Amino acid sequence: MSRRLLVGYASAAVVLGIAPLFLDPYWVDVLNSVGLYALLALSLNLILGDAGLFNMGQAAFYAVGAYTAAILSTQLHVPILWALPVSGLVAALFAALVARPVIHLRGDYLLIVTIGLGEIVRIALVNDVFGLTGGANGIFGIARPSILDHKIRRPQEFFYLIWAFVALTVFLFHRLEQSRFGRALNYLREDPVAAEGSGVNTARYKLLAFALGAGWAGMTGSLYAAKMTIISPESFSFWESVVVFLMVILGGSGSIPGVLLGAALVVMVPEFFRGLASARMLFFGLVMMVMMVVRPQGLLPLRAPRFKRSDLPRAEPAPGAAPGGAK
Amino acid sequence: MSALLELRNVTKSFGGLTAVGDVTFDVAKGSVVGLIGPNGAGKTTTFNVITGNHRADRGTITFEGRSIGGLRTHKIVTLGIARTFQNIRLFQQLSAVENVLAGRHCRTRAGLLAAMVRTPGQAREEAEAVARAMAELAFVGLEGRALELAKNLAYGDQRRLEIARALATEPKLLVLDEPAGGMNEHETDELVGLIRRIQERGITILLIEHDMSLVMRACEHIVVLEYGEKIAEGTPDAIRADPRVIEAYLGTEEA
Repeated sequence: MSRRLLVGYASAAVVLGIAPLFLDPYWVDVLNSVGLYALLALSLNLILGDAGLFNMGQAAFYAVGAYTAAILSTQLHVPILWALPVSGLVAALFAALVARPVIHLRGDYLLIVTIGLGEIVRIALVNDVFGLTGGANGIFGIARPSILDHKIRRPQEFFYLIWAFVALTVFLFHRLEQSRFGRALNYLREDPVAAEGSGVNTARYKLLAFALGAGWAGMTGSLYAAKMTIISPESFSFWESVVVFLMVILGGSGSIPGVLLGAALVVMVPEFFRGLASARMLFFGLVMMVMMVVRPQGLLPLRAPRFKRSDLPRAEPAPGAAPGGAK
Repeated sequence: MSALLELRNVTKSFGGLTAVGDVTFDVAKGSVVGLIGPNGAGKTTTFNVITGNHRADRGTITFEGRSIGGLRTHKIVTLGIARTFQNIRLFQQLSAVENVLAGRHCRTRAGLLAAMVRTPGQAREEAEAVARAMAELAFVGLEGRALELAKNLAYGDQRRLEIARALATEPKLLVLDEPAGGMNEHETDELVGLIRRIQERGITILLIEHDMSLVMRACEHIVVLEYGEKIAEGTPDAIRADPRVIEAYLGTEEA
């Protein structure tokens, strides 16, 4: 990680750390929303940005996670934070299962399939499929999370819970991108044929990208359920998938700081223009169009290479190599 | 000398067109074998069948005594057959060293959790993979360009980077599809030297090439295809003198 990025993260952490002391609950809640969307955008970034798989159904996995947590909380009285890893696991398994038959599809074809998936999940929830999801009304009465017997209920408390999870996610995902696993996803994005020809099991990594991205969205869903205490299908509409997709593309596909910035702007810019009432979305759409024309790579695009000169050892000749090199 | 790779009656059709028909040849261990023929003769299709990009309709492909027909490409790479592509297929937006690291993928193990926790084993493996990738870059003469993006490299350098990526998989057989394509004379000379040095590492080479001077200098054994069928096979001298090859390449009026 570059020094500039580290400084950027440190300053953001300090500003966010003291922000709730100065902001009214409304703006703290806006920042909570930014945090949740940042998590969703980071989870989609694994699939869309790193592996290059077009997925406009991320809300489906978010919903599966949220409903898993809600059902565990209301039916089995599992503490909601304990339900968090379970929601992630269920969403990941769900993704692996539904993506298996369609994962070989490319680009726009996969995009259309994932849109369909998002709709199917939402409609299934509305129709109360297993008699567990509460239909259009959703599920209410989800227990508040508690840490060491301290119940988390105020927006400021949720703020620290959500942003701690964001920080952990950023940390882990940065490690991931500089690893064998993360690189395998990038090879997929750049050229699947060359990746397979270099010995990468592309079908497996596509599925893993989907499962991991979905799992993270699922855990985010359980945080959302804990914060809202009521969830219903309308929170997981197609529009949610579109918005998260936008955050990744607008911020910089494949770039963690870019995606974070994308989430912050997409949530906060419309808030600043609340005075314009319904015209604000018009303005927002215009900004989007201008962005894609003048800066298609996103606001903070991916900076390759990920290696620094100092990371590289001095080259020893390969085994059996004659001294000298080809020059 | 035992054969490392054996093709027996390999046939591949696309629709009604037989791209490769009943082709049989051996690649001896430690040798450099050239596969030549006019455009559309089925050379690249033969390569694609060997590397698992296509599945043969009929015939068997045996590598080290084991049938590899129908295996997926990454599996074949793991068994020891690596390739380069006719139209260079690098990971354009990634650096040279990251491109070569792709080749290390199948020789390393660390998974998702190891990467997140950064276990000592994962860190060691990562350092070894980077060191090996740098060594392969040095082997092809690109150690100074490790951090260049692949797309910014000169054409000849891109070809050599692709070879480095293939070598990083520790292949027993290296399959090169027109390695001299787009190279100037000087770069081609260097390539002949590089092929020699790869052979000295004990790696067998099968290559497609249009540059006859390279084929005649680099290969010990040549297989000639025309219209998907093998029309000749032998040493460079024998191939040069073969009337069917002369006809296929130059046309009868020149012969």
